Amino acid sequence: MTSSKKQDTIQGYLFISPWLLGLILLQIGPMLLSLYMSLNIWDLFRPPTFVGLGNYKSLFQDELFWTSLANSAIYVTGRVPLVLLLSLFVAVLLNQRIPFRNFLRTAYYLPSVTPQIAMLMLWIMMFEPDWGLINWSLGLIGIDPGPRWLASLKWAKPALILVSAWGIGGTMVIFLAGLQGVPKQLYEAAELDGANTLKKMWHVTLPMISPVIFFNLVMSVISSFQMFTKAFVMTAGGPGYATLMYVLYLYNQAFMWFKMGYGSAMAWVLFALLFGFTVIMFKRSAWVYYESKA
Amino acid sequence: MTTDTQSLAARSTTVPAKARPLWHKRKAVRSYIGRTVAFVLAAAGAISFVAPFVWAVSTSLKTPAQVFVFPPEWIPNPVQFSNYPDALTEIPFGRFFLNSTIITGTCLIGSVLTSILVAYGFARIEFPGRDVLFMILLGTMMLPAQVTMIPVFIIFRILDWIDTFYPLIVPSYFGSAFYIFLLRQFFLTIPLDLEDAARIDGAGRVQFLWRILVPLSGPAIATVAVFSFMANWQDFFMPLIYLNSKEKLTLPLGLRMFRDEYGGAQWELMMAAVVVTTLPSLILFFVAQRYFISGIVMTGMKG
Repeated sequence: MTSSKKQDTIQGYLFISPWLLGLILLQIGPMLLSLYMSLNIWDLFRPPTFVGLGNYKSLFQDELFWTSLANSAIYVTGRVPLVLLLSLFVAVLLNQRIPFRNFLRTAYYLPSVTPQIAMLMLWIMMFEPDWGLINWSLGLIGIDPGPRWLASLKWAKPALILVSAWGIGGTMVIFLAGLQGVPKQLYEAAELDGANTLKKMWHVTLPMISPVIFFNLVMSVISSFQMFTKAFVMTAGGPGYATLMYVLYLYNQAFMWFKMGYGSAMAWVLFALLFGFTVIMFKRSAWVYYESKA
Repeated sequence: MTTDTQSLAARSTTVPAKARPLWHKRKAVRSYIGRTVAFVLAAAGAISFVAPFVWAVSTSLKTPAQVFVFPPEWIPNPVQFSNYPDALTEIPFGRFFLNSTIITGTCLIGSVLTSILVAYGFARIEFPGRDVLFMILLGTMMLPAQVTMIPVFIIFRILDWIDTFYPLIVPSYFGSAFYIFLLRQFFLTIPLDLEDAARIDGAGRVQFLWRILVPLSGPAIATVAVFSFMANWQDFFMPLIYLNSKEKLTLPLGLRMFRDEYGGAQWELMMAAVVVTTLPSLILFFVAQRYFISGIVMTGMKG
């Protein structure tokens, strides 16, 4: 018995050894290294100089650090409600018994299958102020001339937020799965009590899918804050610093100017911020209804 | 819906017998209007979701002069198919396509094989420390990639792997937390008796895994393969920091290079390249739609 237990232990660790090795070499090791690097000034070419918390101090005095933080915060506050509300709304529509339902679901999901960079190239063209599809559609409803979008200080950030509306597919599918999990009896009971569609939505659907809403909210805040490629490709942070997002600034520091210590310090500040957001969201999650607890 | 209302009507004894048909009818009419409104809204939205695709394909078949015509022309006249061979040769998109295929293919093999092994270890073998390690595995999914990317870059630089495919491929051979989680959940659903029977017949763990468990886990493995393909085919960031030489670029980097070199011109070639880049993902989606959906729903279950 003991020998078979010993054998199990050896075999168990053998099976998980690739992941365990990766955990040490690609995650825990680099994390420690990154923590140490954030205490140094290092440009890759000369030996590192230890500066203690110097990088963090200069970070808080760096105007662009605050600009990028504010830009990311604005992006998150614009994108998260847009994506959540729109995907929930579409999911509710597509959960009705309407004709061509599967076909419509596919149409909404298709952009989420498109490789990100292909989608961004397409949207650069969509936002072309003089002949793009966006300003053409605006013209149809009487807004002419439309904004200069990606070239405009005022409209570049809204443009980046707007692109997200096209990528609601994944969130929508998760909402749909949540909606399908709401027991039919609850709606029947509500109807007996005379509830109309809106009341059913408010008193039955939303509480029942609140765990799904919460999950999508947390994931959406985290991923929006880490946005990089969209700003890098569509605007490169411009015009001016209008779309210089936090991770884009981090990338510039580390991989354009090879300030490895400064970049590492930025990465840990990002980690602390995301961790803080997540904790706050969990602490404020009394509105989430868990069936098993009730 | 009709059966629901019927059963409701039958149960609600307070409704007077005469009023019942009218009430019934009004409800049916209301739900019919509701569904029509839902359909109209959903269809209008769907059109605006599909329109950009149509415009991309249409632009990829236009002559340079037609591209800038305003208001936009949806059906190009004449149809210029030569944009496709031009795009594939002018900028070496053929080469980029090959590079992307090599990287995506080797990553797919690596992440599927390794994740199966590791998931089996977590799902089927009891050993001290297993549950703690599994919690750590779930924890790593929450760790932002930015925290490790700079030191990992430096490690690969010390190994002299910059401007090679190794930094993009090798990490997938250590398994990926999400795929391991997904496969483990699936392995847990397969009855233990099956394994006991196989063991009595003299099969070792490895034999059981490959001969019995893997063939039974087709859907879960397909989901992992689909996710791995999608992630690597469209990955932009990793190739961006590791690849420099033009002949080593992947499709996403090639698209960006094309835009930087030609500025706002030659949109017809650009859109041809966009269509070529998107096609493999779309084909995979239509072939393996249910694995996409089941994988995403699994992501939702993590929380």
